[in-house]
Amino acid sequence: MATNNINWNNLPGPESIQRATLANGITILSYKNANVSSVYMVGLLNSGSNLDPQDKLGLAHFTASMLSRGTLNHGFKEFHEELENRGASLSFSCGANNTWFRGRSLAEDLETLLLLSAESLRQPAFRPEYFERMRAQLLAGLAIREQDTGEVASLLFDQYLFPDHPYGLPTDGYPETIQRISVEDLQQFHRQYYSPKDMVLVVVGDVDSRQVKDLAQKYFSDWENSSAQPQPALIIPDPPQGLVRKHRYLEDKSQADLIMGTRGPQRTSADYLPVYLGNNILGQFGLMGRIGESVRTRSGLAYYASSSVTSWTDSGSWEFSAGTSGENLQKTIELIREEIRKYVSSAVSAEELDDSQSNLVGRLPLSLESNAGLANAILTMERFDLGLDYYQRYAQTIRAITPENILNASRNYLDPDRLIIASSGPGDDIL
Amino acid sequence: MNQQVQTNTLNNGLTILTKEIHHVPLVSHWIWYRIGSRNEVPGKTGISHWVEHMQFKGTPKYPINVLDQAISRDGGFWNALTSLDWTTYLETLPANKLDIALDLEADRMVNSNFDPQETELERTVVISEREGNENEPLFRLSEAVNALGFKAHPYRNQVIGFRKDLETITREQLYGHYKQHYSPNNAVIALAGDFDTPTVLRRIEELYGDIPARDNNTFIPEPEGALEGSHRVDMEGPGDTVYLQVSYRSPAARDADFFALMVLDSLLTGPSSLDMFGGGSISNKTSRLYQLLVERDKVVSISGGLQATKDPYLYDILAILPPGQPEEEVLQVIDDEIKRLQDIEVPAEEIQRAIKQAKALFAYGSENITNQAFWLGYSSMFADPNWFNQYIPNLEKVDAGQLMQTARKYLNREQRIVGIYHPKENGK
Repeated sequence: MATNNINWNNLPGPESIQRATLANGITILSYKNANVSSVYMVGLLNSGSNLDPQDKLGLAHFTASMLSRGTLNHGFKEFHEELENRGASLSFSCGANNTWFRGRSLAEDLETLLLLSAESLRQPAFRPEYFERMRAQLLAGLAIREQDTGEVASLLFDQYLFPDHPYGLPTDGYPETIQRISVEDLQQFHRQYYSPKDMVLVVVGDVDSRQVKDLAQKYFSDWENSSAQPQPALIIPDPPQGLVRKHRYLEDKSQADLIMGTRGPQRTSADYLPVYLGNNILGQFGLMGRIGESVRTRSGLAYYASSSVTSWTDSGSWEFSAGTSGENLQKTIELIREEIRKYVSSAVSAEELDDSQSNLVGRLPLSLESNAGLANAILTMERFDLGLDYYQRYAQTIRAITPENILNASRNYLDPDRLIIASSGPGDDIL
Repeated sequence: MNQQVQTNTLNNGLTILTKEIHHVPLVSHWIWYRIGSRNEVPGKTGISHWVEHMQFKGTPKYPINVLDQAISRDGGFWNALTSLDWTTYLETLPANKLDIALDLEADRMVNSNFDPQETELERTVVISEREGNENEPLFRLSEAVNALGFKAHPYRNQVIGFRKDLETITREQLYGHYKQHYSPNNAVIALAGDFDTPTVLRRIEELYGDIPARDNNTFIPEPEGALEGSHRVDMEGPGDTVYLQVSYRSPAARDADFFALMVLDSLLTGPSSLDMFGGGSISNKTSRLYQLLVERDKVVSISGGLQATKDPYLYDILAILPPGQPEEEVLQVIDDEIKRLQDIEVPAEEIQRAIKQAKALFAYGSENITNQAFWLGYSSMFADPNWFNQYIPNLEKVDAGQLMQTARKYLNREQRIVGIYHPKENGK
């Protein structure tokens, strides 16, 4: 057995993770890792791009990007001197559902991280000078995105997988929607959607939970936002009903990037782990599973070819991606469809299952090795309500999954004749 | 908690570096070969990298699938990298599975198949990898700049190689390259993690002891000194983005000037580490060029790139410009700031700050075992394992006078290459 020297009770769990909730709704989780001299912090709020107005796509992302551009107490340069002089970092990002913040410092500088996070989230300055500078930076990023075959294929894929839904739209917007956004829009978005309610903060490193809680209390406990608005519930569109083929031509490209696939399970669905395990067999295990074996190893068509499952609270996607020359693109698509067809036609073998179970279980210590790995795992347990003993139960849960569980769960999503197939690079537009 | 690095050498010249770290049940095993694109001759560019790919195609004992399964099924991960000066193979695994890595690497040091059909299949994979790189404007710019940065030294070529060579290199040439350069005397094993050093050394002796040393007869290029004159290359491509790369000769990693240039880079474009496997980064918003260029809306981003290499290489400053921004103005700001570094002593506190940042990055990089093992072997490829231990002390030795001298010696506008990627006039 691969796992015979791993003491599962040493994995983070209810005994070792400290969890507390402040009166204003903020949940704080901390875990002491005394093997290192640093700390890592990750947190999130429910202010994602799914709240963007249609004509101002990119607003949530623009707002998050401005949080590190100065606060009411710290100008831009002072803010970054506080961090960089200590060798610390703090950054903000935005996804469809959440605004994220992540920081890292030597353990002795945790207070600086929490102080500046609190200022950024609660009292961002949105100074006009930095607003216009950020707009120029965002537009430059979008211009680069326009020329990136992988990004363009991914945008096309999302657009057709989630029509008329925020998941189908780019978090960073389009040039024309970024041009429409004003400082007042940012201020209003911040007022409406930044709130301590449902905020989660995780700190891992060489610090005591008492210290984490005291500091969080000091900088966050008096935050209230009575004008915060709840998130609207959005209807998830139906999955693809046939084959949808889209391609965008980009000039002067040697290679096409391909993303094809369909919807996947929600993170909280009973299908999630069987699908996740099945996908490991299909497009992850070793040199990219059956997909890598077929497209790269046996056919030599692509440098990379693999599949992945991404899941959120209300939906998910199951994606197959590869990079290949224009003339091999169609062949690559057919090989991937063939593998999908086989995968949903008959159950995986006992040997494949055993390999992938061992892989998922065996790599857990590796994924939980660093502060960042631990913090992200703890946040996942909290965010999807998996229970703080999730990783302690993980080996047992994974081992209990059968080939039939995988087949049945996968068939709920995957069908070789119902796929979005998006690509970008050489070759005429198919739009 | 963590032991010192131990160095051992077998009779056949195989060097073994070990560092026990016991807080997680993991071990990271690397084998490094002193062969990279630096040692390639015209017509065979990219051969070292292609050989690295072939090392994943199996041996009689470990056919392709067995090899892959052996590592992956226990939750390990494995990979390989080819660079300018070296090729390396790594496995990070649960501690009780170390033997798979030891056995597999000893086996594929001598027994790889290089099956002709597999070689042909891999030709298209490597060409596909090159095509993916060509999709990136920065790859194309870097390829053009490097070609001007060296008269004959192979550092002028990209590691992936020229397409025409990838189309013509034969199976016999690949196999010959492998047989010539993969031998114990040309290799370094680096291990970090949860193991017992004497036990592991005994096992390595058992596995590698009978593999003979050989004369590798490796092509060693003549290092090139200062750039002669200033050069410029202008490229055109689709899009709206202007990329500006300014490259200067950089000292070899063994050179004491290397550490001074690391500090200069930190002052100019912000702190960075040499980590390749994990660690963290620190933003560069208070660095001199960010303040002068991004904060004054002349560029949207600025970064620096210094690599630890065996021979003198190139130090790059890279900027992304907003549409309509004249690149001459950006170059002038860079020149003026470098002139200040050449003429005015850097205040002690600014140097201290750069050292503190380097120490923080060093601490972040030590959080994972894979990166720790990486460092052991990596520094042996261009210097020795002690280079890693002396990294922070050497940075701490850098003083204001040395910074001034180093800026004068390396960062001259008369000795550099400017590369500019312009958007095409008409169309996107």
